[in-house]
Amino acid sequence: MSLDPAAVRRIAKLARIRVADDALPQLAGELNAILGWIEQLNEVDIDGVTPLTGAAQMTLAWRADVVNDGGDAERVLSNAPDRDGQFYAVPKVVE
Amino acid sequence: MAYTIEGNSGRWEVVVGLEVHAQVISNAKLFSGAATAFGAAPNSQVSLVDAAFPGMLPVLNGECVAQAVRTGLGLNAEIHLHSRFDRKNYFYADLPSGYQISQYEHPIVGKGVIEIELADGSTRQIGVTRLHLEQDAGKSLHDQHPTKTFVDLNRSGVALMEIVSEPDIRSPEEAGAYVRKLRSILRYLGTCDGNMEEGSLRADVNVSVRKAGEAYRTRCEIKNVNSIRFVMQAVEVEALRQIKVWEDGGEVVQETRLFDSARGTTRPMRSKEDAHDYRYFPDPDLRPLVLDPAWVESLRAALPELPDAKRARFIGDFGLSPYDAGVLVAEQSTASYFETVAAGRDAKLAANWVTGDLFAALNRKSVTIEGSPVTPAALGALLDLIGNKTINGKIAKQVFDEMVETGAAPDAIVQARGLRQVVDTSAIDAAVDAVIAANPDKAAEYRSGKDKLFGFFVGQVMKAMAGKGNPALVNDAVKSKLG
Amino acid sequence: MISDFTLASARAALRARRVSSTELTRHFLGAIDALNPQLNAFITVTADRALVQAAAADAALASGDHGALTGIPLAIKDLFCTDGVRTTAGSRILSPFVPPYESTVTANLLRDGAVFLGKANMDEFAMGSSNATSAYGPVVNPWTRTGDNRPLVPGGSSGGSAAAVAAGLALGATATDTGGSIRQPASFCGIAGIKPTYGRCSRWGVVAFASSLDQAGPVARNVQDCAILLGSMAGYDPKDSTSANIPVPDFAAACRRGVKGLRIGVPREYRSDDMPPEIEALWQQGLAWLRDAGAEIVDVSLPHTKYGLATYYIVAPAEASSNLARYDGVRFGARSDGADLTALYENTRADGFGAEVQRRIMIGTYVLSAGYYDAYYIRAQKIRSLILKDFTEVFAKVDALVTPTAPSAAFALGDRLDDPIKMYFNDVFTVPANMAGIPGMSVPAGLDAHGLPLGLQVLGRPFDEETVFAVAQTIEDAAGFLARPSVRAGG
Ligand SMILES: [Mg+2]
Ligand SMILES: [Zn+2]
Repeated sequence: MSLDPAAVRRIAKLARIRVADDALPQLAGELNAILGWIEQLNEVDIDGVTPLTGAAQMTLAWRADVVNDGGDAERVLSNAPDRDGQFYAVPKVVE
Repeated sequence: MAYTIEGNSGRWEVVVGLEVHAQVISNAKLFSGAATAFGAAPNSQVSLVDAAFPGMLPVLNGECVAQAVRTGLGLNAEIHLHSRFDRKNYFYADLPSGYQISQYEHPIVGKGVIEIELADGSTRQIGVTRLHLEQDAGKSLHDQHPTKTFVDLNRSGVALMEIVSEPDIRSPEEAGAYVRKLRSILRYLGTCDGNMEEGSLRADVNVSVRKAGEAYRTRCEIKNVNSIRFVMQAVEVEALRQIKVWEDGGEVVQETRLFDSARGTTRPMRSKEDAHDYRYFPDPDLRPLVLDPAWVESLRAALPELPDAKRARFIGDFGLSPYDAGVLVAEQSTASYFETVAAGRDAKLAANWVTGDLFAALNRKSVTIEGSPVTPAALGALLDLIGNKTINGKIAKQVFDEMVETGAAPDAIVQARGLRQVVDTSAIDAAVDAVIAANPDKAAEYRSGKDKLFGFFVGQVMKAMAGKGNPALVNDAVKSKLG
Repeated sequence: MISDFTLASARAALRARRVSSTELTRHFLGAIDALNPQLNAFITVTADRALVQAAAADAALASGDHGALTGIPLAIKDLFCTDGVRTTAGSRILSPFVPPYESTVTANLLRDGAVFLGKANMDEFAMGSSNATSAYGPVVNPWTRTGDNRPLVPGGSSGGSAAAVAAGLALGATATDTGGSIRQPASFCGIAGIKPTYGRCSRWGVVAFASSLDQAGPVARNVQDCAILLGSMAGYDPKDSTSANIPVPDFAAACRRGVKGLRIGVPREYRSDDMPPEIEALWQQGLAWLRDAGAEIVDVSLPHTKYGLATYYIVAPAEASSNLARYDGVRFGARSDGADLTALYENTRADGFGAEVQRRIMIGTYVLSAGYYDAYYIRAQKIRSLILKDFTEVFAKVDALVTPTAPSAAFALGDRLDDPIKMYFNDVFTVPANMAGIPGMSVPAGLDAHGLPLGLQVLGRPFDEETVFAVAQTIEDAAGFLARPSVRAGG
């Protein structure tokens, strides 16, 4: 599987990273080198193997349904690059 | 008679599937300890987890799991003892982490069924594909500033149950009935308040049309429809739009649309234009969710009686009509009101009073049954006064109206106003004699065979007795005096 | 002399009131002043806070009410969120970020009385093996080749932590290890470092790179110091759903257990023709020391470990692509303007992330995308299962494994930057432990021909760090590693 510049453009779009058009070929080359190297995994026989989803071999613990967080708008807004009153602000979105 | 739409090229069938997002009733959010209450000041119910600060981690709220299981049990659905949380990745201003934690491949609840009742008295089974738990997003406000969108994360991370139906729905009426029934079940279970105005229940409506016998054609998804009426309208206008596209030689494209309730149309959603590639994968911050079967059984044992069972019982035990039973069980509060009134009394009479006079009064006063000025005990006491012949049915309506206005007890009203029914036959006989004496012509006409005048005499006697005469005794007296 | 203190000896001196925390702290702040311009081991130095903490520690010591680390000056990798202190993760995108919260691990250290000197430099978002990807400039290894003053890399991603400890700018440091980021820089800088079992230390408040692999641990002058630090850092945290609810043993005591009767495995797949002969020789030497100390050396096979690195470069970027989506310029961090929201995102992330981070986000996005998920991600997770199975089977036969930590000693700054894959090979011996979640420790064992330190790696069963410490301590005792870097505090 090899990426052409158009595919890299599509991935960059999905990842929301601006990439200049003239940077696409080089980036495609770098990514293809990594993907080509990863191809070695195709030689492993994975028939009937269950995927491992995490290193922690335990089941999920639960929290009680208790309100013990939030309640401090300033705490979550204090790092905001732009805010208006108690809102985060971003350029206008048209739905 | 199946619902179809007549187009220029013939009859079209409508195919609808619904994805309902129901907000779970819980104190805290699905993965954080922030509150879920509606209407709080912006960003005042947001934890660092909800705002996706660096290093913040989700911890599952057990009550939300219990609520999902209860709902699954209420929908007669399979409960999956093994389920998993996945990340659905996309960028949006009100999605702080850039992914929604949802259950994509392994939902907590599998296939179930909802029975809907239609106006013609028929019922239909609508399949439920699945129910899964997921996080709600925050709220974007686009109209507060000329060039900016404001973001409030109070809803961010609130637990939702996404309940997906099979594409079994075939008309706007069925779509409405499905949402109504689902909402009723959720309210019975206490797992979602069903408040559509506050957004606790929202429907994504998937609509396609086809000619009879065809495979499914392309569908469109109408997002976030927030009332049952709008769901029904959206189905209708979207079906009409698609029929026009097909009949004009065009092709319906699969897309996400918005319902414009003011214009009664649907339009494509601009912000969702780019084809999504959600890159689902298991959330590595969480482990698989494994349920103890005994715990699931304990939830099952504690379930309340649900609308279908209650309706069947009302029909079977109380002899109510399917229609009346359906009306009474739609809301648990109505059903329990009715059951209190009906206990040890004439159930049909109780049903008539609840669905008739009581509903009319609540409507007039714009109050819910929980806020009724007449308690079920008081209405029961009123029915007792009828039953033991203290008052007659007509007087009872008068007493009830006063109960609605003043909240006074029925016997007190009867006492104060002297409305006790007259059963003294000599008093009744005297009233009958007086009426006959005052209407000799009509008495003669009756006696010569004009039976219809019987009602006139009864009415006049009741009027003379200020409505308090025992109707049966008055009837008997009139019959014998004129006979 | 303060510059000769280990953490353990400093602790003893503090408790005996032979030195005050304030004196210690002033010493290390002075050393940072003197050497950080050269080493760039710290991104942020919190001198005022440190002195306040030291004063409090001295008061506690005076009253006899002290914790495990009271008065001990440490460096904190800038991946740990610290309340009120800027936390950058080595990235431009977090340059303005001041967390209003303290990570569980650092909170545990503060609970036990530690003094924080500042935030240690690191590869951006912990992605790197040379510390060259930091937006705050590379860290320079305090070691140089004999007769050659060209700057070398400290390893990464915890390069600032390792360099600070090696150069005597702190008694110990927090670090994190996703694919080798504790062990490889420890090896390059001639110090000890342990990545404990996944779930041993809470990840809460640690900026995430790859959630299923990330694990915090200490780096310090020696094995014993690491044991003391890990004892404070570890522990169950209900705020982290992957945190293990099991007791924290006395790691320091375990260091003195010895290896008599232990079976030590030597995985034959770790041997390759490319391996520098000095590393092979050191490995054999390490095994000989263990044999001499009473251990039995056993040849074992881990057939899937050779796929660990390639598997890692699917799993880690996939998780990272999702974990790093939150850096969007809306709620915290740096923002670059854009005409609309999408442009704002794209500009913010293009300007805020460095090249390696962007590359890994793109790889991760690709391997998760529709049509490729099964071929890459699912396949990788299945191979990960096989890697875990290999370890599980081997640990039924042996108590620990010993391997080299890295395939080379420290290399020159600027080397291998042009070829990402060559850089990735630094972690070839360390990555399998992350894939399987098992504990791994690097202990300095000798010098190469250029006078650069080399480490040996000890791997253990899940939650059996005690055996890892016992084996590592035995190697350390036998090695008698006394060499010090050319750049160091106190001369
Ligand atoms: Mg939907
Ligand atoms: Zn949903």
